[in-house]
Amino acid sequence: MPDMSRVQLVELTVNGERHELAIEPRRTLVDVLRHDLGLTGTHVGCEHGICGACTVLVDGAPVRGCLVFAVQVEGGEIRTVESLAAPDGSLSDLQQAFSAHHALQCGFCTPGFLMLAEGYLAERPEATKEEIREVVASNLCRCTGYQTIVEAIDDCAGRRRAALQARLDAGRSA
Amino acid sequence: MSEPHFRRDGTWVGASVPRREDPRLLAGRGRFVDDISLPGMLHAQFVRSTVAHGGVTSVDLSEVREVPGVVAAFSAADLDLGDITALLDRPPHEFVPTDMPVLARDRVRFVGEPVAIVVAQDPYAAEDGVEAAVVEYEELPPVVSDTAALAEGAPLVHAEAHANTLVDVSLFATEGIDDVFAQADCVVRVRTKTGRQNALPLETRGVVADWDDRDEQLRVQTTTQVPHQVRTVLARCVGLREQQVRVTVPDMGGGFGQKCVVGREEIATAAVALRLRRPVKWIEDRRDALTAAFLAREQRYDVRAAFDAEGHILGLDADVVCDMGAYSCYPFTAGIEPLMASAEMPSVYKVPAYRVRGRAVTTNKAPTGPYRGVSRPQYVMVVERLMERAARELGIDPVEVRRRNLITVFPYTGINGITYDPGSYRESLDLCEHVLRDEGWYDVRAEQGRVIGIGYACFSERTGYGSGAFAQRRMQVVPGFDISEVRMDTSGSLVVTTGTLSHGQSHETTMAQIVADRLGVDLSRVKIVQGDTDRVTYGFGSFASRSITIGGSAAAAASVKLGDQLREIAAHLLGVDVDATELDGAGGVRVRDDHGRRLSYEDIADVAYLRAHLLPKGVGPGLSATASFDVGGDGTFSNATHGVVVELDPGTGGVEILRYVCVEDCGVAIHPQVVEGQCRGGIAQGIAGALFEQVTYDDAGQPQSPSFMEYKVPTAAEIPDVEIHHLETPCAFTANGAKGAGEGGTIGAPAAVLNAVNDALRATGVELDDTPIARETVHAALNGQPALEDARA
Repeated sequence: MPDMSRVQLVELTVNGERHELAIEPRRTLVDVLRHDLGLTGTHVGCEHGICGACTVLVDGAPVRGCLVFAVQVEGGEIRTVESLAAPDGSLSDLQQAFSAHHALQCGFCTPGFLMLAEGYLAERPEATKEEIREVVASNLCRCTGYQTIVEAIDDCAGRRRAALQARLDAGRSA
Repeated sequence: MSEPHFRRDGTWVGASVPRREDPRLLAGRGRFVDDISLPGMLHAQFVRSTVAHGGVTSVDLSEVREVPGVVAAFSAADLDLGDITALLDRPPHEFVPTDMPVLARDRVRFVGEPVAIVVAQDPYAAEDGVEAAVVEYEELPPVVSDTAALAEGAPLVHAEAHANTLVDVSLFATEGIDDVFAQADCVVRVRTKTGRQNALPLETRGVVADWDDRDEQLRVQTTTQVPHQVRTVLARCVGLREQQVRVTVPDMGGGFGQKCVVGREEIATAAVALRLRRPVKWIEDRRDALTAAFLAREQRYDVRAAFDAEGHILGLDADVVCDMGAYSCYPFTAGIEPLMASAEMPSVYKVPAYRVRGRAVTTNKAPTGPYRGVSRPQYVMVVERLMERAARELGIDPVEVRRRNLITVFPYTGINGITYDPGSYRESLDLCEHVLRDEGWYDVRAEQGRVIGIGYACFSERTGYGSGAFAQRRMQVVPGFDISEVRMDTSGSLVVTTGTLSHGQSHETTMAQIVADRLGVDLSRVKIVQGDTDRVTYGFGSFASRSITIGGSAAAAASVKLGDQLREIAAHLLGVDVDATELDGAGGVRVRDDHGRRLSYEDIADVAYLRAHLLPKGVGPGLSATASFDVGGDGTFSNATHGVVVELDPGTGGVEILRYVCVEDCGVAIHPQVVEGQCRGGIAQGIAGALFEQVTYDDAGQPQSPSFMEYKVPTAAEIPDVEIHHLETPCAFTANGAKGAGEGGTIGAPAAVLNAVNDALRATGVELDDTPIARETVHAALNGQPALEDARA
């Protein structure tokens, strides 16, 4: 068995930025993001892959940050909640929808749900509300009862579709 | 996107304004306790008991200290800390005080009890260190249920607690109650056992502590609902004056009551930071959170109700036993659940005769603390089952039976001595039933081939417990009042302190709405300060739906006082009598009959601070006002009716909620969207207790639900959408007429769900009274098999 406490050199790309890290192979991705890179927006809720508070995107797909070691995602493109807002701090349409629908109370699970939704809507922009509910069932929230989370994501998806349609219509009429 | 709702007067109160907490939380820029990192910070974890009950014969940490990265390890003997002791002012036959040591000394009383603390350079090394500890126990027979605790000759969890009973109160005992039962047309009985639950904030408990030489202070950043109470206990345990301890609270990932008691781990971590003079962080892992954090709700009821032939309730006779686990929590004590249930059980009904015995028993399980609703989800369930059972016995519609018994004339002083302020008990029931009938659910219920039931829960919820109400519980620490300071700076902006502590409830927004209305300023000019024992005079934190009713009223009162100061200065500067002035609702003071003559708050603050020589005689410099608020009487009662439609699956015994309607009345909602959020989240937790979640132990006292694989927290797949209707019966004595809204959802859901399941089972002759409702029990009932509940009991 390899010595898990021996330090290993790893290169990670997080939110478009490259980092070289000397870390123990047993170090989870979420711990590296939070404690080595200072990206504390991603939270740790259970450390056994159920609650999803640590959800981040690896190559566009939602991944439990507590279930993978950082060394396993070397070379992957990692995205965390910190990447969602614009550089000037203005919130993305998804973040705004969460606020408008009161889809967060304490906010602890929220980054996980945001990244889950960000990954899912990119893959399936035409998702129905029922499909969204099924995906939302991947993560745990203790405050909201989920209804407003589903509504926020559904609302955001609808607005994105409407905006796309408007662009297509504008292109056609131009 | 839902539009904000505005009340008729267009003021801040009543408007669902964007939450001020949201931008940072959405951007991942909140600051939760585990996000804090201090230079040179060490990481703590605990060596925990592996046995449920036993003597500690040796604690050997020598190998721990050899583990790479480990800096130190301490047992109880190494730290010599005072105990955490919660007291009630009750005679010895009613209450037995017990001490909870910060680290176990010669005795362990539950699996997971902290025995030693290990600190290391990183969390991984701390875990390695914990594994190297060698603790030897002399095992004692464990007590793992309330019935075992009360059995003749049971081993004692605490030597001083005879019959393992920490609290035993017999209350009310209306004269002639036995005759009432003997002569009643109908007597129904409910015996029920409710499952042990975990409040389960998604952020586990945690703390960062460090000694600051410059301030000569032990600084503790901890995820608590009650920072001042943590300060008091910590100062006592480590032997500092309270001024030498500063407790601050960062963003909190929920609490739901679990964080409104003082945890021994936060004390131990701070004590080690003090000892080592280095920052130390402890973050509870989920396994510990599921097995060693404060739990709740495991109760047994045996309750009889007497009715006349028309369905009027004549009496209630109750025996309540709460399994409080190994220790009494601070500051509430093990009395928290039985005293709540005993005092409030008559609920929303006109009960003419009442007798109750309430007991807290101690067992070798993780200790209990408050959890959203505290006992009310349980006794409401019992009382609502009694209503349904009486309806069935008497052949009256269950909604009609409730209608005949609901309190409709207010104020109403009950047999329990509590005075209920006005509410909409009857109106909420009528509307809830109306909605379900209108939507055709009664027709669906009658459809052939489907197993569908409809259930209701009517309840009220005492919110805004003042000192008087808590004093009746005879707690030695009597929460109740709150103090608020409103301070205006030289730019005319406001800093408001509150002793309450938002951990998801949006007080940065809602408290600011209350102040902004009082002083007529934009919300952006009001900053709320909470969770800092150096900056907030004193507070009891947030629990029992007290924040808006009491904390909000204190902030309103302080705002009014500051407004008076502003008017006094402005009147002098404008050369008019103070009575001729008024706040203009736009950040200034004007002459009432001449609106053109006005001074802005900036103008007034400029004088108050920077040109104090212009102040009127006798008015000191500065602009700040402090006010306190307490509820004099019995508090204010929010109320609601929940209506639920369920469908049972004969193949699996599964319970699907097809419709959930909540008609709630919390007086004037400061922020309707936040109220709805509290309702929905509360209902989700209530459903969790009714159908899914249970902390279980085996016969040896080993926890059987140490992960989310066993402790089944419902997801979006299980929790239905909830339709909410609002009624508004303003409270006469809180600012804005607001009543508390934090717990109602959780209180109503178990009763409504259980009643709906039983309604669906009506053809089987089986009635289920225990929660969580086990699938196998429903399956057995639907398939004519012998009820498994008997086997389980």
